Amino acid sequence: MAQVVLKNLKKSFGTVDVIKGVDLTIEDGEFVVFVGPSGCGKSTLLRMIAGLEDISSGTLSINGQVVNDLQPKDRKIAMVFQSYAIFPHMTVRENVAFGLTIAGASKAEKDAKVNEAARILQMEHLMERRPSQLSGGQRQRVAIGRAIVREPSVFLFDEPLSNLDAALRMDMRMEIGKLHHDLSATMVYVTHDQVEAMTLADKIVVLRSGSVMQIGSPMDLYHNPANLFVAGFLGAPSMNFLDVTITEMDDTGCTVRNGALDPVRIPSLPKGDTAAKVGDTVKLGLRPQYLIPSIDPASGTLHGKVILTERLGSETVVDLALTDGTKLIVALPEDAQFERGREVSLSFGPARAHLFTPDPELQASAKH
Amino acid sequence: MASISADNHGLRLVVRYMVLTLVAIIFIFPLVFMVVSSLKPDQQLLADTSSLRAFLPVGDISVDNYYAAFKRAPVGTFVLNSVIITGVTVVLSLFICSMAAFSFVFLKWQGRDLILSIILATLIVPFETIAIPLLLLSSKLPWIGAHGLEWGWLNTYRVQIIPFIADGLTIFLFVQYFKDLPGELIEAARVEGATWPQIYRRIVMPLSGPVLATAAILKFLAMYNQYLWPLMVVQQEEYRPVMVGLQYFFQLNRAWGEIMAYLSLITVPVLAFYLVLQRAFIASIASTGVKG
Repeated sequence: MAQVVLKNLKKSFGTVDVIKGVDLTIEDGEFVVFVGPSGCGKSTLLRMIAGLEDISSGTLSINGQVVNDLQPKDRKIAMVFQSYAIFPHMTVRENVAFGLTIAGASKAEKDAKVNEAARILQMEHLMERRPSQLSGGQRQRVAIGRAIVREPSVFLFDEPLSNLDAALRMDMRMEIGKLHHDLSATMVYVTHDQVEAMTLADKIVVLRSGSVMQIGSPMDLYHNPANLFVAGFLGAPSMNFLDVTITEMDDTGCTVRNGALDPVRIPSLPKGDTAAKVGDTVKLGLRPQYLIPSIDPASGTLHGKVILTERLGSETVVDLALTDGTKLIVALPEDAQFERGREVSLSFGPARAHLFTPDPELQASAKH
Repeated sequence: MASISADNHGLRLVVRYMVLTLVAIIFIFPLVFMVVSSLKPDQQLLADTSSLRAFLPVGDISVDNYYAAFKRAPVGTFVLNSVIITGVTVVLSLFICSMAAFSFVFLKWQGRDLILSIILATLIVPFETIAIPLLLLSSKLPWIGAHGLEWGWLNTYRVQIIPFIADGLTIFLFVQYFKDLPGELIEAARVEGATWPQIYRRIVMPLSGPVLATAAILKFLAMYNQYLWPLMVVQQEEYRPVMVGLQYFFQLNRAWGEIMAYLSLITVPVLAFYLVLQRAFIASIASTGVKG
């Protein structure tokens, strides 16, 4: 088992910087998830750890040893790919045993380890089949089996579930979580699915455009996002953002308002790269789950009208148009009834609201 | 409605079979003509060409032409030479060219793309333009053989084999095929600890059935049909291949029956090779369905 340390890790393709200096310590036995939108560099970062991409600068160490220039095979890692990457000309048994065969393991050792992996992954009955005779979930099991027989120091998963259908994805997600628990191995997992990130991770690393946006435990990121990007990325449905103006501000918080929002004091200061002052427009972030609607117009601070109600069974998602025209989503437990066109007011706990300074990059991408 | 569509289907099938049969006949008639003619004496052979009898084994049928062909030329030696030269070249070519292509596609090294483009550029150079320089070069090359160091490669098997092992077309075929292999398979093998030679042998080659079959067939045909080069570099009968051997039948008294007998004989290895490979080819296509 191993600790993985990334120090100012950078990667450029020609003049394009894809990883812009990542510092990260992955503790022994930790399950770390790299999450971010496509093109954020999360897979590249994983492939750098695997040794499949060169490191342009910075150092990568596994178990205290700098491995920048080591071949993948010398890094004691195993990787599970999105496309499974199991060898089509070999049986499941040969696939799982591949690494051991290459390493020149004895037949007895191979059999013992392969059978153990088959038992853990419940695929004993598949061992003599060819990959073409397997379903997607079974293929991914084979790929995971191939990874575990070698007893690597670090497991790397590159979007392993994104080729599976929704039901299977949930099953496999739970199995990977269980596997981590059983093996207590260091695992690094890449996904663009924030649900996978939230459910599996001990530690989430949110990436955007090759930079780390925030590192922390799932609930920490959920409750205390460091910036607009992280706030918008984690949580489903995603956080509502309203443009509000700061009317008062001191060291402990500020009062904000806009056309649809009565003045409200938020007990925190705007987070983000730039500082804010009185009179600035900032973003007020409100999680859909923390909004409480009421038909009494005086009971809440936000005012709007119901546009649409979506019943998902476990919760009901209500789309609202605020009086200033902004759209807002409210998630309510079970089957709350709000007919279309009804005027509502919303209240929220100020401590659960977040303020962020605007993010020029996000605004630019939103315009496209 | 169902019966109409079934009829349509039947009609379409009939038309399809008719077209395919026609195409098959066009391809097979020259072969039939060759084999049938090889069984006829010259006079009858020439007389029959004006009618459909040319394709039928009728009249004065015998294998005399075959006896005569063997008498006129060392047919066995020629066929054996061609089989050796072609067989060795095909095997070495598949091996060397696939390794070159492997390096071009999977390994990173300085100047890789430039060298590949130079190799591909050789595809447009006709062999005739380099034949003379190659002849001069071959006549002076050293070789360490049974008699120690020798100079000059003329009148040997090696002069007919070595220059043709590596060629742009075969490398190109392999490069194209390797580029289409899923990159993650190679990466998975690397992560699993395989070295490049192991990846070549255990992953890439077992998945290369179709391109191996294609490259082998093309190389076989090119080598078996060699005429100009062996004519230039081989003056001794014992190293001569089949196509050059054809000359023996056009000198002095030309005998068409014997020519046909000779051609029938030298076609046998080609057919045998094709039939063997055809099976491998179909099997390999079936196994690539695994990719999923």
